[in-house]
Amino acid sequence: MHRLRDFVLSRLSGEAPAPRFPAFRFMRKGTAKARPGEAALSHREKLRRLREILFANIVMAGEIPAPTGGEWRITRFLSDRFTESGLAHLSLDQAGNIAGVLPGRTGGRTLLVVAHVDKIWSEGDDHTVSVGVGQMSGRGLADNGLGVAALATLPLILEELDVELDANLVLLGTTRSFGRGDLAGMRFFLENSGQPIDAALCLEGIDLERLSYASLGMARGEITVSTTGEGAESGVVATLAALVRSLLDIHGREEPETRILVGSVEAGSGHSVPPRGGVVRFEIRSHKAGRVARVEEEIAALVAAAEEREGEGIEVHLEMIAHRRPGNLGASHPLVKKARETLALLGIDSHVVPSVSELALLLDHGIPALTLGITKGENRHSPEETIRLEPIFDGLAQIVAMLQFLDTLDSASEPS
Amino acid sequence: MPDLDQRISRWLETNTFHHSEFWDMQELVRAKREAGLTISLCIPTLNEEKTIGKEIIVFKSELMDRYPLLDEIAVIDSGSTDRTLEIAESFGADTYLSSEILPQYGSKPGKGENLWKAIHQLRGDILCYVDADIKNIHAKFASALVAPLIYRPEIQYVKAFYDRPLAVSDDLRPSGGGRVTEILVRPLFSMFFPELTALIQPLSGEYAVRREVLEQLPFPVGYGVETSHLIDLYRTGGLDAFAQTDLDNRVHRNQPTRDLGRMAFGILQTFVKRLRDYGMVKDLPELHGLFRQFQAEGHRHEQITREILEEERPPMITLPEYRERHGR
Repeated sequence: MHRLRDFVLSRLSGEAPAPRFPAFRFMRKGTAKARPGEAALSHREKLRRLREILFANIVMAGEIPAPTGGEWRITRFLSDRFTESGLAHLSLDQAGNIAGVLPGRTGGRTLLVVAHVDKIWSEGDDHTVSVGVGQMSGRGLADNGLGVAALATLPLILEELDVELDANLVLLGTTRSFGRGDLAGMRFFLENSGQPIDAALCLEGIDLERLSYASLGMARGEITVSTTGEGAESGVVATLAALVRSLLDIHGREEPETRILVGSVEAGSGHSVPPRGGVVRFEIRSHKAGRVARVEEEIAALVAAAEEREGEGIEVHLEMIAHRRPGNLGASHPLVKKARETLALLGIDSHVVPSVSELALLLDHGIPALTLGITKGENRHSPEETIRLEPIFDGLAQIVAMLQFLDTLDSASEPS
Repeated sequence: MPDLDQRISRWLETNTFHHSEFWDMQELVRAKREAGLTISLCIPTLNEEKTIGKEIIVFKSELMDRYPLLDEIAVIDSGSTDRTLEIAESFGADTYLSSEILPQYGSKPGKGENLWKAIHQLRGDILCYVDADIKNIHAKFASALVAPLIYRPEIQYVKAFYDRPLAVSDDLRPSGGGRVTEILVRPLFSMFFPELTALIQPLSGEYAVRREVLEQLPFPVGYGVETSHLIDLYRTGGLDAFAQTDLDNRVHRNQPTRDLGRMAFGILQTFVKRLRDYGMVKDLPELHGLFRQFQAEGHRHEQITREILEEERPPMITLPEYRERHGR
């Protein structure tokens, strides 16, 4: 128990630090896998002993600006925490991802826990975290400051709970997940790590009740409209408005499982000057294979028609910046069933939420994976993003119980 | 003057630190243990529910659980009407009402009262005071202030200053304190205690002090407490008793100019009292304790008066209860 603190104290007293894993491996053998599902309840109580360290990690991870493409400070924070925990093979790859390995007892298999480190907010936004009774709030706390903090604290959590896995555990903070980032960090890791992954968990701050085992097909695009200024009295406003209307018309015609989300429309900078340029950002999501590509073709035709209709003086351009293929682990997969059981044991009603994040790439690579939420919260992606503190212990207990279950899962029994 | 300039330059070189010099927390904790010191952190509060929770979480996690530098974290409250104490307690701080410490001596309004009573209540050989309204709190706000006291036994009193440049040109940048420092305290120090001008932010609310110094100092209960500390310790220990640490930046509430006027009035009272007590000025008339400000309403100006009397608490060492509790 408290080996991290013991390690610090041994350093202070001048003693050489004991190797972290071998002795522990011998002492704990056979204890960690006992009834892992039910262990979630006792985990939850024991985890409260790490309250201050966990909450401080949330504050620190929350207050570090980490815009997509500018994540170096938050990866350094993770790197420091991983180093203090004595993780092996700490690495910062070309994509800026930070990874560390907690070696398992046998090391025959490898499990991955991943959290994206970037936030939707820009460098200059106020990232101050406010701490109130039972909750914290601030930009990017739920997505994904809490996920990063949980990843940073996970080695200590496993130590506090006396859990040691047979499998090697890779802890990974990935960069460039949002927008044009298009999961570049996760993609780079999967294509270049050379490390076969047997199963994975993706961590998101909220929502605890979510059960994400399927990824949607997705395409993300931007339609840019610009004018040279000659003969276009209203600038690009009319063209943009027509394009948005057309996108919404397509959305209205589609079956419920296919959606077109118009995420932002930007143009102009004041009240009286017609804008000379503008952009519409949208996302197509669908459960159905091939449906996203068909809608994408329809939008390309729409853009071509708009350009022809507007004639000279106005240019309309479509750029698709991200794609995901739909994937589904299947409701009957043992991993999904165990996750549902664990949440039920913790008294949490789960609901299925498809994902378009890291989970999509993992499933696309044939890796059984789930996305887990850590706590309950409100106002996601607003300046007042709020996470509740008490349910965090449920979320962390769920993560540990799932890791213990994955550790027992015989790869031969996993559905393909 | 060249002598004075040299003394200040030498002090700036030897007794001014940057927090990054104390990055090695393991080494700092080792040195603290070797020196046999205990350290108490005191956060004086009055309605600070928005920021107190975060301060407690960060200090407790980083400087008690992760690196055992602090032996005690205490909130001493002047009677908050919001949830300050509830939040501080829920995150593991020891919480005290200032009025319940040494109640036989009564209770006076003001932050200085909390700081004075902390000397009695807390146990540490070093007391580190940190204001509760810091938005960008970090462990360095305490660790980098106690570090010079741990490493350098001759240093008695360490002040924080905040000097992060927004843009650097030729590596030169103006250094300064807040508005009250620059237009009141620094001019006064320049006239009467020129060596003390070397302290870049003399009014900063973050400082760490050895108990044997604190217990000897009288405490104005209001705005003048920091100024009086500097003058009183300077008179006995000289500039070399002080050090200062650059903590880069501090984000906090900005005070309205009207409040700064009251603050300046209180500080000036304390300053003039020190000049008189130390025989540096003579034949001063009785000074008014009524501060006058004006508020315009159309073409009419309304007078707003407020009585500001900088009462002082005696050195803690003079109290028998204190001597008994701390074995002095």
